[in-house]
Amino acid sequence: MKQKLPLLDSITLIDIYIRFMLLFSRQGKLRLQKWYVPLSDKEKKKITRELVQTVLARKPKMCSFLEWRDLKIVYKRYASLYFCCAIEDQDNELITLEIIHRYVELLDKYFGSVCELDIIFNFEKAYFILDEFLLGGEAQETSKKNVLKAIEQADLLQEVRLLNDIDVGTKAVSY
Amino acid sequence: MPAVSKGDGMRGLAVFISDIRNCKSKEAEIKRINKELANIRSKFKGDKALDGYSKKKYVCKLLFIFLLGHDIDFGHMEAVNLLSSNKYTEKQIGYLFISVLVNSNSDLIRLINNGIKNDLASRNPTFMNLALHCIANVGSREMAEAFASQIPSILVAGDTMDSVKQSAALCLLRLNRMCPDLVPMGEWTARVVHLLNDQHLGVVTAATSLITNLAQKSPDDFKTAVALSVARLSRIVTSAAIDLQDYTYYFVAAPWLSVKLLRLLQCYPPPEDAALRSRLTECLETILNKAQEPPKSKKVQHSNAKNAILFEAISLIILYDSEPTLLVRACNQLGQFLQHRETNLRYLALESMCTLASSEFSHEAVKTHIDTVINALKTERDVSVRQRAVDLLYAMCDRSNAKQIVAEMLSYLETADYSIREEIVLKVAILAEKYAVDYTWYVDTILNLIRMAGDHVSEEVWYRVIQIVINRDEVQGYAAKTVFEVGRKLIPYQLKACGGYILGEFGNLIAGDSRSSPLVQFNLLHSKFHLCSVPTRALLLSAYIKFINLFPEIKTTIQDVLRSDSQLRNADVELQQRAVEYLRLSSIASTDILATVLEEMPPFPERESSILAKLKKKKGPGGHLPDIDDARRNVNGSTESSENAEASKKGSAHPFTDLLNVSSPPPATNSLLVDVFSDISKPAALEVCEENFSRFVCKNNGVIYEDQLLQIGLKSEYRQNLGRIYVFYGNKTSTQFVCFSSSVTSQDTLTPPQLNVHSKTVDPVIEGGAQVQQIINIECLSDFTDAPVLDISFRYGGTLQNIGVKLPVMLNKFFQPTEMTSQDFFQRWKQLGAPQQEVQKIFKAQHPMDTEVTKAKIIGFGAALLEGVDPNPTNFVGAGVIHTKSTQVGCLLRLEPNPQAEMYRLTLRTSRESVSQRLCDLLSEQF
Repeated sequence: MKQKLPLLDSITLIDIYIRFMLLFSRQGKLRLQKWYVPLSDKEKKKITRELVQTVLARKPKMCSFLEWRDLKIVYKRYASLYFCCAIEDQDNELITLEIIHRYVELLDKYFGSVCELDIIFNFEKAYFILDEFLLGGEAQETSKKNVLKAIEQADLLQEVRLLNDIDVGTKAVSY
Repeated sequence: MPAVSKGDGMRGLAVFISDIRNCKSKEAEIKRINKELANIRSKFKGDKALDGYSKKKYVCKLLFIFLLGHDIDFGHMEAVNLLSSNKYTEKQIGYLFISVLVNSNSDLIRLINNGIKNDLASRNPTFMNLALHCIANVGSREMAEAFASQIPSILVAGDTMDSVKQSAALCLLRLNRMCPDLVPMGEWTARVVHLLNDQHLGVVTAATSLITNLAQKSPDDFKTAVALSVARLSRIVTSAAIDLQDYTYYFVAAPWLSVKLLRLLQCYPPPEDAALRSRLTECLETILNKAQEPPKSKKVQHSNAKNAILFEAISLIILYDSEPTLLVRACNQLGQFLQHRETNLRYLALESMCTLASSEFSHEAVKTHIDTVINALKTERDVSVRQRAVDLLYAMCDRSNAKQIVAEMLSYLETADYSIREEIVLKVAILAEKYAVDYTWYVDTILNLIRMAGDHVSEEVWYRVIQIVINRDEVQGYAAKTVFEVGRKLIPYQLKACGGYILGEFGNLIAGDSRSSPLVQFNLLHSKFHLCSVPTRALLLSAYIKFINLFPEIKTTIQDVLRSDSQLRNADVELQQRAVEYLRLSSIASTDILATVLEEMPPFPERESSILAKLKKKKGPGGHLPDIDDARRNVNGSTESSENAEASKKGSAHPFTDLLNVSSPPPATNSLLVDVFSDISKPAALEVCEENFSRFVCKNNGVIYEDQLLQIGLKSEYRQNLGRIYVFYGNKTSTQFVCFSSSVTSQDTLTPPQLNVHSKTVDPVIEGGAQVQQIINIECLSDFTDAPVLDISFRYGGTLQNIGVKLPVMLNKFFQPTEMTSQDFFQRWKQLGAPQQEVQKIFKAQHPMDTEVTKAKIIGFGAALLEGVDPNPTNFVGAGVIHTKSTQVGCLLRLEPNPQAEMYRLTLRTSRESVSQRLCDLLSEQF
């Protein structure tokens, strides 16, 4: 039996800039979760529940930062979606807010005025974009162009493959 | 279906998601999911081999189901299979599934690592990136073990693509954070610093995070990073916004990189090189100047990005704490933000100012904003902002503004959110104590505080009032009067208890006034007695017995109360016992005895305010707290030295605890009076395990210590005055121990060393299930009693473990057996006949009296067992020489068993009294 770090230990002791990022709807439905600290599924669910509740209870004009356990939560609402990052007390809150915004911009650019449905139906793409932008909880590439270029290249590879599949399909029919 | 469906759009997946969304109820959703799971399971199990596309689609569906919050217990293998697909999108989904769903301890880790290995070796940059992303996002130990040594070369290789470099840098960062022991340092580290100069800003952005992390761990190795970051930062802040093209964000040049560079600089002191330093100062000034320029855009993103850099620059300025002009400018800038319409900026300004308040250069400048901050406390609608305002008021408080700040905090307390009340109470209590100029103000403030905050007042607060009142003669009368006055109103129990204690001690000081005559005081205390909690009632009973001493005239009234059934037969044992004992004490003891027993409390020894300790605990270290020494000087200007406190500790701790702490036994954890006496500044002394110590007197090998995590075994050998112990540390868990260290300390340091102990260092990491060995060499210099202690510390799963084990090094280990004839033996025996040379002990047998076992023990003890020497064959005699560096001591021993009485008589004769005594003590415990 491997023993897990106790919840708080692992999330506060491991020095990672963004500990996790959550996207959830106004109804409290989780749309995307990215954990950069190792936690068990149970712990993740507990944290998610707690945070969704806390953030949804806040009023619109309140500040975007809140202290939560030993961490700081930076969040912002875009239309029906809340984006929320956990950072450490000493980390830069404003730049984290702009991390969120840049990610929203990336989604927006990729999907063309993104909405919650895009993220639901193309959740894997939302993950791929995030991975190009943030890696291991740190900003990897902050240029919008470069991130999208990487994603579009991948899509291109995909289309080539799709064409191949269609060829196979027609052959099958002609039998 | 969304209007846009980019990429391949796995139709089956989209249909499934639509179905789920159309489900009217939770039950319908679960039904649909179960149907899908069954379908996927049958596909995965089916005879027909699935093509990559289907596999990808089903894995994706599983992922979606998982993200909805359902458990997934299959499909991992298929996901791992996707890794080896040569189609990018299949690979990508495989990796996504793994990074979301596969725990680090999965059995599949070997297969996954294999997939990663192939992709890393593929030289295909997109594949390499996927593999690096996976390592960086999962960051497990197993991955670190497999790849940590390989990634540095990818990072610094000349032909690596930029995007791969970025991934490699952050991948390495992640591994270095999770498993620093596995990342090899080497010549790559020197080259990595130069990535700060890279053409590609994305590479610089990624590398800066890595370099910051490395610099934190070994600052000396990365010193050159300072000059490089200053140069880079300078180029960014002076660049025209458009120069950096896509790295410009809402007219702000490379904000993320700027923040990272400023953070990297925070790992180092201000540069010593004058040119470099002035260049950095210029940068910081430019950043401050830009804050004053009109914004280039009305967008919040513009101001956020700009201010993110500004706040990071201010952090650096505060950290350097050496440039008064910059500090004051920073303070003024934050002052402007205090009234900004953006809540976020107000919040951050309050937060940053807190740190500025602790700098001597800017403390005064911060104080000028007091009215704005007080206003924030009153008007801010967001509790987290108000909390920051409280923190700042606390940080900027000094003698000049203490009365104002304390008054404002008190009035805020009435409306404050429950979540922060307790903390405000602690802060008010600390400030009132620290800056009290006259004690009437202090007493008023604190009693007011207790009255208002009631339930949010922790025990520490009112305990502390009592300590201070008891220690200051001049305030006692006033305190008694005040608690009497407030006691007439409806008051929280803390105040009742506090009042009871103070009147019990100092009620006599106000008894002259007929309005507060002894009987009035007593009636006041007793009026709501039955409504009080058990601890408060117990405390009041103690106050009553104190009254009997102070006011003999109301003795009978009080005795009647104590005698009543509701006291003497109280269901609560503590209350009943107090009533019985106090009643008895008051009836049988003479006035003199009563006066002695119930004498006024002696002053409390001065220690760190336990309120402060509590606040620190709440806030963690590093909070900006008033200086503790200061606090002592100001309020409790006591002359007692700490030795005095130490001395009075033993004598007086118990009566105090007894009086206040109802739930005896005394050391209850949250009782302040215990707390006050314990030495807070020093961590609790490590408890030394000597459980198995005595089992090693007659043997050299075995397990000396064992708990759930660690087993420590010993093998020892001794020759003359030298010994060597092989210590084996066994990790009983499957997780590694890191930062493992063990060293040997001698127990008493006062006397000249009697043992010379050298321990070799051990490997700092013990893998799960593994064992490491440590060699300890020992030289016996002179005869000794105290054994050395092995201090072990290590981290297990993030928590520090400390273990102390008494090493079984005893005097008898340096025995050399000596064979001799009966005649020789008795001749020497007689020679050692002086009274101080012989030590004898008669003791009861602890074990069955078996002759063979006894013989083995004497041999194990180190002496030669001399057969046929003693005329009585049931007796045992032994002889040997104790070797120390300075002398050799001949020893004779005789053990006489008495099986009928199950007793032994042990006699030791040596030329040294201390040796005889020690050997007798050691051996007598073995039978």
